[in-house]
Amino acid sequence: MSNVPADLHYTKDHEWIKVAADGTAVIGITDHAQAALGDVTFVDLPKAGKTFGAGEVFGAVESVKAASDLYSPVSCEVLEANGSLNDTPDLVNREPYGGAWMIKVKVRNPGELAGLLDAAGYAAIL
Amino acid sequence: MSEPLARTPLHALHVELGARIVPFAGWEMPVQYAGIIEEHQAVRKAAGLFDVSHMGEARVRGRDAAAFLDRIMTNDMASIRPGMARYTVMCQPDGGCVDDLIVYRFSETEFLICLNASNAAKDIAWMRSLIGPFKVEVLDECAAWAQLAIQGPLAERILGLATALPLGTIKRFGFAVGEVAGASGCVVSRTGYTGSAGFEIYLPAASAEKVARALLALGKPHGLVPAGLGARDSLRLEANYPLYGHEISERISPIQAGLGWTVKFAKGEFVGREALRRQAEGGPAASVVLFSLDDRRIARQGAQVYAGETPVGEVLSGTHSPTLNKPIGTALVAAGYTGSAELTVDIRGNRIPLRIAVEPFVK
Repeated sequence: MSNVPADLHYTKDHEWIKVAADGTAVIGITDHAQAALGDVTFVDLPKAGKTFGAGEVFGAVESVKAASDLYSPVSCEVLEANGSLNDTPDLVNREPYGGAWMIKVKVRNPGELAGLLDAAGYAAIL
Repeated sequence: MSEPLARTPLHALHVELGARIVPFAGWEMPVQYAGIIEEHQAVRKAAGLFDVSHMGEARVRGRDAAAFLDRIMTNDMASIRPGMARYTVMCQPDGGCVDDLIVYRFSETEFLICLNASNAAKDIAWMRSLIGPFKVEVLDECAAWAQLAIQGPLAERILGLATALPLGTIKRFGFAVGEVAGASGCVVSRTGYTGSAGFEIYLPAASAEKVARALLALGKPHGLVPAGLGARDSLRLEANYPLYGHEISERISPIQAGLGWTVKFAKGEFVGREALRRQAEGGPAASVVLFSLDDRRIARQGAQVYAGETPVGEVLSGTHSPTLNKPIGTALVAAGYTGSAELTVDIRGNRIPLRIAVEPFVK
């Protein structure tokens, strides 16, 4: 069974977003997503300053088997991409909710969070 | 409508071992157990056990068996000695590939042919359609056989724990028939699809699970792991072995695929000879190249290859090479560009330089 932490929001496309009190958030992919991808070999991430609308492609994750687009759960501006994934992309397989966060962003429209799945809603589609 | 998927005799074992099962060529097959990279490394450093029971088998026998096979295959069949096997392509009249195969010779008049799973039914119908005046019969034995591949530097030591067959005397592409893990009638050949040493075992389907369990238990202390189709693909690509539907197909001939060594024009008439001769003499319009990328992105099947802004080809296979720790692949590239140092491949809008390899990445 895959791990679905209670304190995150989720997309149908298997991204998670964790929002902090200051309006910033971190985004990654779920345990279910990393298991489905298998061994991750590369994560293609945007530079700081890039902006994305909700549902827009912000990057891609490559595994031995396939490349999958990454979709932004909300409208946001990228503050930082996780540089450690450059050297250790397999962190995505080992710590999908921790060390393998992908981008840190400024959430532009917090109202969009209400349109995302909660843990129970996400677990229900797996 | 799609047919229901077939299961190999090892299906229950795969589930028990925690395999991820995927549809492949009409079969439910294990794509990975512990992980593709880990299984790949195990084969390069110790050994892996693959269930390749989806592969098909046909027996060709009769007074004219050798002459018949020489007529339908590109490689020389008559000169195969009993107890030896040979890799060959079977072509259409236009030179496109019906399939690539391994032909095992049991006697003057009896051969067993290993067929790709996706082509097995087509191959058998094709062979039968060409029998004509030849005194030969083509028997469909796909359901009778299971196949295991034990591959890696420790494969021979591990297999030796399960059989009294004199493995050390089996030459490359040679085979012996005997008992493995108590199952009689097994065909053990020094062949493989990984670029590492090892054997392939054809065994009666009913014995497959018993033999696989015995090998896994005997091999575990030596590092033997079950390995899936994912590792099989990255292993074969490092070794530059073609996969039907990718490097060879009905539209890519053995000459284009760099398999000219399997085409023996001197042996006389065979299906596809004239078309292949024209390609060999005039040079094919496009040929298959092996490449690596100095990047982390993988160029997948269908990605476009460019020389400057001119599209000159497309990627046929692409994966991550655990041995090189970078992306590798094959591409079909138009004549005149295969030696170019300035080829690039488009991956999601990025143009990545293609580094053409002149030799396989593993020997």
